[in-house]
Amino acid sequence: MREVLELLESDARLTAGQIATMLGRDEEEVARIIKESEEKKLIQGYFTLVDWDKLGAEKVSAVIEVKISPQRDVGFDAVAERIYRFPEVRSVRLMSGAYDLIVMIEGGTMKEVAHFVSFKLASMEYVLSTATHFVLKTYKHHGVIIDDKEEDRRQVIMP
Amino acid sequence: MTLQTDWRGMINPAVRDLPPSGIRRFFDLVTEVKGIISLGVGEPDFVTPWHIREACVYSLEKGYTMYTSNHGMLELREEIARDIRDTYKVDYNPRSEILVTVGVSEGLDLAMRTLLRPGDEVMIPQPSYVSYAPCVILAGGRPVYLKTSVEDGFQLAAEQVEKAITPKARILVLSYPNNPTGATIDRKNLLEIAEVAAAHNLVVISDEVYDKLTYVGEHTCVSSLPGMRERTVLLNGFSKAYAMTGWRVGYAAGNGDFISAMTKIHQYTMLCAPITAQLAALEALKNGRREMRKMIDMYNRRRRLVVDAFREIGLPCFEPRGAFYAFPDIRSTGLTSEEFAVQLLNEEKVLVVPGNAFGEQGEGFVRCAYAASLEDLGEALKRMGSFVKRRLGRGKVLTASFRKPEQDEGEGMRQTV
Repeated sequence: MREVLELLESDARLTAGQIATMLGRDEEEVARIIKESEEKKLIQGYFTLVDWDKLGAEKVSAVIEVKISPQRDVGFDAVAERIYRFPEVRSVRLMSGAYDLIVMIEGGTMKEVAHFVSFKLASMEYVLSTATHFVLKTYKHHGVIIDDKEEDRRQVIMP
Repeated sequence: MTLQTDWRGMINPAVRDLPPSGIRRFFDLVTEVKGIISLGVGEPDFVTPWHIREACVYSLEKGYTMYTSNHGMLELREEIARDIRDTYKVDYNPRSEILVTVGVSEGLDLAMRTLLRPGDEVMIPQPSYVSYAPCVILAGGRPVYLKTSVEDGFQLAAEQVEKAITPKARILVLSYPNNPTGATIDRKNLLEIAEVAAAHNLVVISDEVYDKLTYVGEHTCVSSLPGMRERTVLLNGFSKAYAMTGWRVGYAAGNGDFISAMTKIHQYTMLCAPITAQLAALEALKNGRREMRKMIDMYNRRRRLVVDAFREIGLPCFEPRGAFYAFPDIRSTGLTSEEFAVQLLNEEKVLVVPGNAFGEQGEGFVRCAYAASLEDLGEALKRMGSFVKRRLGRGKVLTASFRKPEQDEGEGMRQTV
């Protein structure tokens, strides 16, 4: 199962047949593993990594450090949920260290992001403080180097 | 013009008469064609793992730019000894039984020059890597070819060695996993070959540069066989396993007297392997295992895809169990290896190497390196599919380049032991 998931993680377009061949396994078996993984939510979705900057699309991203006070019985989870339900929030993670949540958000303009932080996030109950850092440039994302300059420099033929 | 003629007359006949590499002519063809997908490269498509490159950059910053000991840095030799011991349970003394060379190529040349007397015979299985015979000839020896065939899985058999023995026979070259066939050799065959080698007092030069790239079964190191450590020159390097071809660093391990004789030639001709490459190799041995495993897993997946695709295309393909080459049988197209390669290049812009570049036993086959991205492999196989379809003139439809075949074993296949 692990190998199948690793392959899909590296390229979501691979078909069950291709994966089966690559791993020397049965196609039906691989298809079953994929189906089960989807059902059990081991596979959370299939996405395409797009370089929006290259397209020239107006997009602004920011990471926000959020300090919150935990609540009885649910700890940080209830506040986290209130935050991650917003569609502009791309990721939310509970962290060790100086702050509690790291929230990644995406918006069309800097104003939009600022608006979200001040009106939605910072003012939320149990949120003690926020610190917003705007992203200036992305070099590597989901294990992929953006605009990798390393190309195939081999001679075309070698014994 | 006259000067040129004069120079030709001045060239050592042994060099002048060396046959040009069969691969050479392709260089010229290739430079003219644009948009080629090349399956003709005998090296990893991966760039050296970053931690190795980074370690090398650091060494330069720290000023490691000098000569090392002729033998190579002791620390590197110690790591090499440890690697051989951990992998194959064979002990080499890093102080006296290991020499760091400029790639396996230098190790091979040194070994031949150290051992051969004029007219001595060296047995070389064919098809095999292009350097063996020229190195023998340049060292004054005489190559004797032992023909391996697809029916035997391109494995050398002890009887073949036995039959080729003459009073002049001195050396047997072994190179498994094999370039160009991707064949590995069964331990049983090696044990029998070892007996013949012992009976006739042959030195075995074993080029095991693809040892880590073994996908089916386990690689048997020739010097790990009973009695073979003392008569084997073990050659290996970092090029293939760690994607370090351009660094040019390898090693020879063997009997101490032999290694010190070899070191004499090395010290007068090469002095030492470049220190930057040695330091990178050291990093590879110390911390390179994880990245190496990742690359090997990827080769293995591509290997299965490629073999599968060839069989689907209608080209029987013997199962390569090591290295990163597939060696499909193209005889059904009615073309020679060279015709196939040239026409494929012209019509489909896919580059493969004709099998006869690796000895006449390779005729009827082409070498396809699957050290290429999945995208390139998929496209190349699709193009080869249409090429073969035109040649076979049958209605064989290739629906997708990667599909699981109904039956697993193609013609000329060996059963897994």
